Amino acid sequence: MDSFLKSSVGKKLVVSISGLFLIMFLAIHLTINLFLLAGPQAYNMAVHFMDTNLAVRITKPVLAVGFLLHISYSAILAISNIGNCRQKYAVVDQSKTSSWSSRNMFLLGSLIFIFLVLHLSNYWYKMNFGEMNYVDYEGIKIQDAFSLVTAKFVVWWYVLIYVAGAVLLGLHLLHGFQSAFQTLGLYNKIWRRRLSIIGIAYSLIITAGFSVIPVFFLLDAVLC
Amino acid sequence: MSKLQSKIPEGILADKWQNHKDSVKLVNPVSRSSLDIIVVGTGLSGASAASTLAELGYNVKAFCFHDSPRRAHSVAAQGGINAAKNYKNDGDSVYRLFIDIIKGGDYRAREANVYRAAEISNQSIDHLVAAGVPFTREYSGYPDNISFGGVQVSRTFYAQGQTGQQCLLGAYSGLNRQIAQGRVIMYNRRDMLELVVVDGQARGIITRNLVNGEIERHSAHAVVLATGGYGTIYYLSTLAVGSNATAVWAAHRKGALFSNPGFMQIHPTSIPQLNEYQGKLILMSESLRNDGRIWVPRTKGDKRHPDEIKEEERDYYLERRYPAFGNLVPRDVASRAAKERCDAGYGAGDSGQSVYLDFSKAIEKQGRKVIEKKYRNLFEMYEKITGVNPFNEPMRIYPAGHYTMGGLWVDYNLMTTIPGLFAIGESNFSDHGANRLGAGSLMQCAGDGYFILPVTIGDYLAGEIKTPRLHTDTREFEKAEKAAREKLLRLVAVNGRQTVTSFHKRLGRIMWDMCGMVRNEENLKKAMKMIKELKEMFWRDVRVPGTVNELNQELEKAVKVADFFDLGFLMCQDALDRKESCGAHFREESQTSDGEAQRIDSDFSYVACWEYRGDGEKHDLNKEELRFENVKMQKRSYK
Amino acid sequence: MFMDFLDWTQLFNMEINLRIWRQKDADNQGGFVDYYLRNVAEEMSFLEMLDFLNRTLIENGDEPVAFEHDCREGICGSCSMYINGRPNGPVDNVTTCELRMTSFRNGDSIVIEPWRAKSFPVIKDLVVDRSAFDKIIQAGGFISVNAGTAPGANSISISKRISEEAFDAAECIGCGACVAACKNSSAMLFVSAKVSHLALLPQGQSEARNRARSMVEKMEELGFGSCSNTGACEIECPRGISLTHIARLNREFLKDSLKS
Repeated sequence: MDSFLKSSVGKKLVVSISGLFLIMFLAIHLTINLFLLAGPQAYNMAVHFMDTNLAVRITKPVLAVGFLLHISYSAILAISNIGNCRQKYAVVDQSKTSSWSSRNMFLLGSLIFIFLVLHLSNYWYKMNFGEMNYVDYEGIKIQDAFSLVTAKFVVWWYVLIYVAGAVLLGLHLLHGFQSAFQTLGLYNKIWRRRLSIIGIAYSLIITAGFSVIPVFFLLDAVLC
Repeated sequence: MSKLQSKIPEGILADKWQNHKDSVKLVNPVSRSSLDIIVVGTGLSGASAASTLAELGYNVKAFCFHDSPRRAHSVAAQGGINAAKNYKNDGDSVYRLFIDIIKGGDYRAREANVYRAAEISNQSIDHLVAAGVPFTREYSGYPDNISFGGVQVSRTFYAQGQTGQQCLLGAYSGLNRQIAQGRVIMYNRRDMLELVVVDGQARGIITRNLVNGEIERHSAHAVVLATGGYGTIYYLSTLAVGSNATAVWAAHRKGALFSNPGFMQIHPTSIPQLNEYQGKLILMSESLRNDGRIWVPRTKGDKRHPDEIKEEERDYYLERRYPAFGNLVPRDVASRAAKERCDAGYGAGDSGQSVYLDFSKAIEKQGRKVIEKKYRNLFEMYEKITGVNPFNEPMRIYPAGHYTMGGLWVDYNLMTTIPGLFAIGESNFSDHGANRLGAGSLMQCAGDGYFILPVTIGDYLAGEIKTPRLHTDTREFEKAEKAAREKLLRLVAVNGRQTVTSFHKRLGRIMWDMCGMVRNEENLKKAMKMIKELKEMFWRDVRVPGTVNELNQELEKAVKVADFFDLGFLMCQDALDRKESCGAHFREESQTSDGEAQRIDSDFSYVACWEYRGDGEKHDLNKEELRFENVKMQKRSYK
Repeated sequence: MFMDFLDWTQLFNMEINLRIWRQKDADNQGGFVDYYLRNVAEEMSFLEMLDFLNRTLIENGDEPVAFEHDCREGICGSCSMYINGRPNGPVDNVTTCELRMTSFRNGDSIVIEPWRAKSFPVIKDLVVDRSAFDKIIQAGGFISVNAGTAPGANSISISKRISEEAFDAAECIGCGACVAACKNSSAMLFVSAKVSHLALLPQGQSEARNRARSMVEKMEELGFGSCSNTGACEIECPRGISLTHIARLNREFLKDSLKS
């Protein structure tokens, strides 16, 4: 294992597996978030379910580890690569040979990380450590996450930050999705096309899904 | 004749090699590790020899002028490699392959060597497959074979259009395995400038480090030259631009006889010259002739687009002249026929110096898909270069200098006339007579390197076990180094006005026009005079910029071209001596009434072996008479 | 063959501006030098254009530009130039020698640089040292079979599909365009081509996994970067070696790690 992680291929495998894990998490996250559109009760119940479900509770620390591994190993790889181009070319024209996002994964990742810090301090921290209001649904008292979330989405620049975050995430996934499979070796000529299409579709869904929620509440606030 | 002992083993032809292997002296494994061998050139023959000798336990030092052994010109052999496996069950055998090579070479090769080459071809294929060479396979999963180069059986193994590249990489990977184990020390970017002979035996070489210009001495118990051919003497040829005769010529100057230098194969299917600045000609594999039909317009100077020339207005001259073999006649015949048509004014294209190679009928008959499968690489390559897609329009082709059948004289053990100096692959003269059969080059290189030399060199080295490792601070090394250094300095010191390339181009033109596909006494004599003059002008007015102590590509070229004057002169001398037509060597004075080559066995059934007598001196001719006991010498006829 | 009977002056009508990296040797700093070249023919290959430049330079008493080339038909892998921001110029999947002046227009500016990577140090002008590739092959890019031990060539059947895939990988010419194209100077396409070629064939399978690991380790030791799967290498590779071979390399590597 030691020598496995010494090699870049091993490190990339860590990034890939943790990345795929995060991709799965994003799908669940989005699903829960979409309950926001169905009203306060639906969303709060969903959040409550996530808070109390044993499987989810067990997964949470794993998720945290996943984040840490993904970020730290990406950073290690990116930093070690910086040293490899001893002298840069005077003229570089890579636009025709590779996608922008594939060349800028670390930049995208870093921006997403900044967004993540903001996001966690806004919601996750408050939900877990902050003062929360409670609502009563048929005798069960649960946290009013809905109000906490939607309260922010009436501020236009907050919405803008969240939409930007969703776009960055989409761009990151655009390359990350298929790259993860490539690194795992689950990749041949036929699946390559398929995975690339699935990857594009998935990125679009994530970006659209996470954007539509804040925009919806902003419009709701502005128009009503 | 004492110089030329061919050492052909006794016994019947089919048993000679086995008998020889049973009787050669062996070197025991312990002693091998105290014997050093230098291998110069790491193409298919050199790399396979170096790795095999290292496997046996010898200390090997290998040299190449490229940045890596993988770049040797073996990569460019497109078509295939012959072996008498008879996988197609079409009646092939070692004997038939032997006959085809002998006959293809127009009875100017040594029977025993050729038979051995045919015999060993099977082992070579086995080894190359085991080494990971991805030969093209049939749907059954077994190696596919095609018919190649005017033979009537399918015995050619191939790896799409890159057989040479794949075979070389097989040998290269084996070589690297030995380098990794420390059994071979690889010296990249080295040009061999001198051979060191001590007491009549080859004991080392002088090289130039092409990166920093350092002159280096290397000693060994035996030296193997695997330096390929010198078709670049024509300036434009299908050879890699860097190919040279420097090493073999250095050996020749030290006493190794040079055989049949005039036997130069002209390949019929090269892309014609496109412009004046062209640096080389690009080969289109001969396998294209399996499905392509060659034609020119019936009318002189017809400059219409090929599509506009109707079927009845086309002259399929090979099919017309040679109904039995048609487009598949051997290379020399196809080349001369193309030249004949073009010289007579029927050539295609603006220049009139090309003929059409047309696939329309094959596409119609077999379907585009099948043709695509067979020739995709080649068609793409042609389109990249000419902008014409062979699916829509016939290719244009013209003959080009290609392969040197001649080379250093070697005996049955592949040893030259200098004891301890061996020559393998294209650099020797031994297997192809006056004309090489298609897919025979890789076959010979692999056979020489993997299976012949490793056995025969032992016979020599068995006598060297007691010779300690040689020091390089001896008088002989010093003298050789001095000679090498002085020559380089002389080249730079000329400081004239004309580029090396301009001399090379002029020399190439003389050689191509007068010592190319067609030769005659008058032209050859004229050529010799012109070469002499050109050489004098070269040493008076060449410009080699830079110094000798740095990477200096112009100096590298100059070293090559300086030798080419002498070699070109010798080629002409050889062609002049051989007043017959045979194989690739066509003397206008010796032809039949219908313009076919006329061989004269009674007078010329020999290998011409030339002896160096000093700079500017005429060479002495020695003859090795060829005896044919197992084949009947027939007139080569493809009609 | 020598077509000097044509009126060449009509054809030689391009004018181009060249900016070429000149460097005396490995120890000296290099820099760009501008050249203005007239009478270039569209029919020339890119290297013939440089031959033409060099002739002009020599005749004017200057030092010619050093560059590597040999077979000039796209198979030896010697030529190696970074042209206008891309390895081997603006055309996908070609070597420099296969590049032709028809890909440029009259009046164009062309910037020519050597491959640039930590593991490919410049030796002179456009010549770089690619011996690191040989060292990677030495780390395991072979099948350990001695001459004389091989079984019959048809003793194993290898399906056409597998053998063709192996061939596709084996096509690598070791030119280094993949490294030159890669933003990380990674040699993964090169390594994977050899690993994949030998892993696909039954002959190479017994050493396959160890091979993947040791070749990757050697690659990293030599200072090549890691793979980001951008795919630029595949588009610049003169032989169009597919990225899927890198996937196979990863798989072999993973298999080896799981076993040990």
